[in-house]
Amino acid sequence: MCGIVGLFLKNPRLQPQLGALTAQMLKTMTERGPDSAGFAVYGGAQHGQSKITVRGLEESQRKDFEAGVLAVSQKATFVFRDDHAIITCSDEAEPAVRAFVEGFGHGVVFVSSGDSIELYKGVGLPEDVAARFGLSEMTGTHAIGHTRMATESAVTTAGAHPFSTGPDQCLVHNGSLSNHNTLRRQLVRDGLSFETENDSEVAAGYLSWRLSKGERLDEALTASLSDLDGFYTFVVGTRDGFAVLRDPVACKPAVMAETEDYVAFASEYRAFAGLPGIEKATVFEPEPQRVYHWEHAA
Amino acid sequence: MSQNKNSPPRTAPRFSATFDVNTISEIQRAAATGIYDIRGAGTKRKLPHFDDLLFLGASVSRYPLEGYRERCDTDVVLGTRFAKKPIRLKTPVTIAGMSFGALSAQAKEALGRGASAVGTSTTTGDGGMTPEERGHSSTLVYQYLPSRYGMNPDDLRRADAIEVVVGQGAKPGGGGMLLGQKISPRVAKMRNLPEGIDQRSACRHPDWTGPDDLEIKIEELREITNWEKPIYVKVGASRPYYDVSLAVKAGADVIVLDGMQGGTAATQEVFIEHVGLPILSAIRSAVQALQDLGLHRQVQLIVSGGIRSGADMAKALALGADAVAIGTAALIALGDQSPDLAAEYAKLGTVPGAYDDWQEGRDPAGITTQDPELAARLDPILGGRRIANYLSVMTMEAQAIARACGKSHLHNLEPEDLVSLTMEAAAMTKIPLAGTDWYPGKGGF
Amino acid sequence: MSATLEKQVIDLHTSTVRVLNSTLQSEDATGAWTILHPEGRHSLAVGLTAPLDVTIDGQAGYYAAGMNQRANVVIKGNAGPGVAENMMSGSVHVEGNASMAAGATAQGGLLVIDGDAGARCGISMKGVSIVVRGSVGHMSGFMAQSGNLVVCGDAGEALGDSLYEARLFVRGTVKSLGADCEEKKMTDEDLAILKDLLKEAGITDYPAESFRRYGSARRLYNFNVDNASAY
Repeated sequence: MCGIVGLFLKNPRLQPQLGALTAQMLKTMTERGPDSAGFAVYGGAQHGQSKITVRGLEESQRKDFEAGVLAVSQKATFVFRDDHAIITCSDEAEPAVRAFVEGFGHGVVFVSSGDSIELYKGVGLPEDVAARFGLSEMTGTHAIGHTRMATESAVTTAGAHPFSTGPDQCLVHNGSLSNHNTLRRQLVRDGLSFETENDSEVAAGYLSWRLSKGERLDEALTASLSDLDGFYTFVVGTRDGFAVLRDPVACKPAVMAETEDYVAFASEYRAFAGLPGIEKATVFEPEPQRVYHWEHAA
Repeated sequence: MSQNKNSPPRTAPRFSATFDVNTISEIQRAAATGIYDIRGAGTKRKLPHFDDLLFLGASVSRYPLEGYRERCDTDVVLGTRFAKKPIRLKTPVTIAGMSFGALSAQAKEALGRGASAVGTSTTTGDGGMTPEERGHSSTLVYQYLPSRYGMNPDDLRRADAIEVVVGQGAKPGGGGMLLGQKISPRVAKMRNLPEGIDQRSACRHPDWTGPDDLEIKIEELREITNWEKPIYVKVGASRPYYDVSLAVKAGADVIVLDGMQGGTAATQEVFIEHVGLPILSAIRSAVQALQDLGLHRQVQLIVSGGIRSGADMAKALALGADAVAIGTAALIALGDQSPDLAAEYAKLGTVPGAYDDWQEGRDPAGITTQDPELAARLDPILGGRRIANYLSVMTMEAQAIARACGKSHLHNLEPEDLVSLTMEAAAMTKIPLAGTDWYPGKGGF
Repeated sequence: MSATLEKQVIDLHTSTVRVLNSTLQSEDATGAWTILHPEGRHSLAVGLTAPLDVTIDGQAGYYAAGMNQRANVVIKGNAGPGVAENMMSGSVHVEGNASMAAGATAQGGLLVIDGDAGARCGISMKGVSIVVRGSVGHMSGFMAQSGNLVVCGDAGEALGDSLYEARLFVRGTVKSLGADCEEKKMTDEDLAILKDLLKEAGITDYPAESFRRYGSARRLYNFNVDNASAY
């Protein structure tokens, strides 16, 4: 049960403001989700380079961590933000770095990887979480954010959205699924692993599982209409864009605004109030059971 | 004996425990009619209940209070969190929501009179507020339900508290069906419905779903009523820990938790008997949710569903509730199931104590009916007196127990004053099994 | 009417929703009011009881003009979920689009939406008249009890599911009819009601004769096993 925001920039001139605009949208969704918050920022993809986000890294561990990564990927670079770190390394070194991260221990958790995704999440008021990571200063092509009111799973960093279960993919969810336990067991049998008891993580895993079979995102989302039961508004981030899907009943709110410069998504209009040129935007609600998809030209 | 001496003894007729008499008759009924059984009242199966708990009276280690002489207070304040005008009750037992429509106007008036006489509240139901009910209830809680039948902002402002009903113990997750027989001209008018047709009630609210939207809805109700009225949120017991946490996060002042023994005017039997939690098993996790949020006793908890006596009330309070609500018990106090009506019950194919066709509107006691002749049988003044008597007895019973436990206020009852009689009760409540300091799960398995 | 000459403004950049509502609900409030910078805030101008003219200058959030009595509220933008929910009387005019559950359970008055309305427009309506110049989403008129829903554009899936005695008028296409909803013959009475509503809503470009009329087939009014699948 939550608030969702998303911003996809069509006009590259807005890219320096992506973080600031997203932070402001996220803050307005505080009442919908005061327990925790998270966001994925896409940008800065470089040919041949991978980005890996990890969290749970204590400052005292940074040196050891850095040394360990450099041992498997000499040219890796690091950006530390609060307890998160973004490692940039060559595509070839990515599996080795990831293996190192997953074996490092000390509470360090692999969060996401891909060409352009950086993913941050934490417990607390959305405004504080955004400030902790310096969201306002971030730049990029598109971003997705989430504020969470935990329903049936605990208030933890792991339970915060977005969930990333595949390269450059992430998902945020508002609603409540009703068949996620069965689906999780099926996906686990198929080799997926899950970090939380959260229904939304199952949805993210489900989409990754379908994408891994070679389906396009719109195909995977269409399939979820028959395989996921319950109530949902999903926003899914990919390397080049994002997609939106609402369940057939469509009880959970969703509103979109489009101008020549951007496409914005939110649970409520309030989140758009500070966007440039919003008074002239086309504002509409996504229809149920219809996959909406925006992509930057590759 | 004319029988052949050599014939062996015959097997006596043997009934199946699986296909017992009720099961067989239900299969036969279903096959004949093609419709599921709709009835009133609550679950009839045997469930773990407050009878499975006992109090530890005081003796040497604890000192009791003198009955009637030494104080044992019973007052409770509800809605202290955000409302400008909290509710003050003299006794922590209230009348649960029951609609005009399900009940006759006379029955609603009697409940109002009885509750007011002892200084407690009554609650409207799915059908709006009648002037009789408002007039005779000194403290009236106005239910805000999915169907919004009779929902009127003037009544909202006339109410003393607002109860947003998400669910009901008899049917968590379900809507309702008031059969056409009970849609009298007056009921139809209050609900904007044609007369005599089946009234279907929605299972979800029309304009919000989930806690994030509930928060906005609660704020709207507060804005309309100048932030004066306590806002209750009522849930049927099914996932009480999460539901209570979320209702509190959404801004509720008071939580009403209704167990599956709670009654209903009309629902599918399969719903009544197979969905929800017995109230005994639900209280502890609801209290835990409030404690985890640091709001136990600040957001008050009212529990209902099978409350029958001062002992049940005292046990619910000891488990952490702030008050209890009664529905079915109040109808019995009014005259439902009376042995005096045996002949009339027989005409309806039932007996006193088993009458549950509240949906039919033919209640010989004049309670669950809209038939003017039947309803006229209930004298609201006498009925009110019976309700007042019964509520007073419940209060005195709870006080007797509390004094025996050395408490000068009912709210000082605590879980440690109780023991469990059964393993089930011990597991559900974490109250140790009598004579031990153990409950299932303690120490881990 | 001279009291209305003075322009009364509440700016939500400098004031709060609480001040706004308590001011407009107060017995002293009269005349015309403008609410500046609504920016999608919730519960704007709710619980009004006096015949005020209120203009919300921008986007409204959830439950704008909720439970309205007698006031005339204009929203110069889009409205969030549940606009004019449970309205008793007066009018609410949304110049943009309305989100889901517009006019939910409303018992009286007139709700006009110049743009489109989302899902469940007029859900459980109990006497209100709703005129939508654009289209309405799925399950509009669900369990509609009484009143009139006029849709100049198209209707989504399951129009009028489980409806009672409300009248539904649609000019465009209906994606599908809900359980127990059927097309009815447009009677003279229907036509007169529709004409009045179009006039009241200021719609002159769509003749009443171009609408179709839908209503309850009344098959679900009393339980019948042959209709069990429709429940």
